Amino acid sequence: MTGLVPHSWLNALGIPPWVWGPLSVSLHAAIEATLVVAVVGCALGFLLAKGSFPGRGAIETAFSLPMALPPTVVGWYLLTQMGGPGPVRSAEVSLFGHPLTFTFTGIVVAQIVESFPYCLRFSRAAISGVDARFEQAARAMGLPQWRIALLVTLPLARRGVVAGAVMAFGRALGDFGATMIVAGSVPMATTMPIALYNAVFFGSHGQAMVLALVQLAVAFGLLFGVSRLGKVRPW
Amino acid sequence: MTAALELAVARQIGEFNLDVALTVESGMSVLFGPSGAGKSLTLALIAGLIRPDSGTITINGHVVTDCARRTYVSTQKRRIGMVFQDGLLLPHRSVIDNVALAVRQTRGRRARRAVARSWLERVGAEGLADRRPGSLSGGQRQRVALARGLAGDPALVLLDEPLSALDAEVRRELRKLIRGVIISSSVPAVLVTHDAEEAEELGDVIIGYNRGRVTGARVVDRPVCPGPASGAPESTGRA
Repeated sequence: MTGLVPHSWLNALGIPPWVWGPLSVSLHAAIEATLVVAVVGCALGFLLAKGSFPGRGAIETAFSLPMALPPTVVGWYLLTQMGGPGPVRSAEVSLFGHPLTFTFTGIVVAQIVESFPYCLRFSRAAISGVDARFEQAARAMGLPQWRIALLVTLPLARRGVVAGAVMAFGRALGDFGATMIVAGSVPMATTMPIALYNAVFFGSHGQAMVLALVQLAVAFGLLFGVSRLGKVRPW
Repeated sequence: MTAALELAVARQIGEFNLDVALTVESGMSVLFGPSGAGKSLTLALIAGLIRPDSGTITINGHVVTDCARRTYVSTQKRRIGMVFQDGLLLPHRSVIDNVALAVRQTRGRRARRAVARSWLERVGAEGLADRRPGSLSGGQRQRVALARGLAGDPALVLLDEPLSALDAEVRRELRKLIRGVIISSSVPAVLVTHDAEEAEELGDVIIGYNRGRVTGARVVDRPVCPGPASGAPESTGRA
């Protein structure tokens, strides 16, 4: 947000740095995470919905685990894999030049892992729910399978897919446990939930109230948007 | 002369057993019989939407299914056109897009839309080109579905009870249109119906179905056959 909106404007609007700093980090990380999650989650959701290969249930369960695990457990696994010795850390160093723990990219990775199940499950359910007869009609029209996916299945499943991406964005934006363990509370990499935790921890209850209100407003906006998706005429 | 369709297949679904053999030469062949006789299942097998347990299917001389040799040509490569009972037009695309997507013989969006537009004109739906399927009446939807079924220059058109969801007046109107368009375009067609009047009015040959078997075939006596140059239709069903 601070990259898009000049600081002077934010100052003029009376938005203090302790709000727009964490808000900027949160939005930036959540947008990046959601972009990754939307593409990969939708693709995997499609495979799980339409594919007929063994182990589909196990794959969906494995990728959905962060929904059921405490975020701190997810964070601990990420920390030990990304920060400890091993192939993951070696890959990070060769790709980025340094380990990703306690960096902005580390936050994005934590948010991807935490939000992925939402996008995956919404997409899989929406794609499974598409009336297969439309796809059969498209096959009879001679459309190749990849065009059927892009021109028929995904457009017909779009509300569920978009709802999944929005829910994933909300989850990424609200993640605390995994982000805290993977990235801690380092300058320029402090998200809104961590800023709120810090404010409470240091007794700044006024700041905590404002930070909580901002997150409440964002969450309300997201959920309201998702509920509107269900009321929009399909076509 | 190469048959438009030769089929001898068997398929077991639960307790229902389909075991049929038939040949379609030209014109409109009607699979006629009560609901649950296996007519629509036969169309699905011809289209490649379902695989038979055994048997062969040949479209225009090309073997598209041969269970013994494990040959299954995909639906997309069978060069068929299909018209479904409820049209199954893609709800998120305009009418012209629905038809243009089925055009296989030309490349490029503009050329495809030109072909689509000409087919919409032939079925009397040119004024609907920019509408969404959701805003069409049942009869309009089936006109567009017919245009879509024929727009891809198919070797065979399959019509699965295309009129059964319409009211009597629209049905009568569309029967004339379907027969006229199919015969004038010289594309062999197989139509499924359980309506005797419809079978008589539309069919050149009526193939009887009951409990998964062909019960007989009859050429419909017509004073003037407006069929293709190949002459009178010669479809047969083998019980």
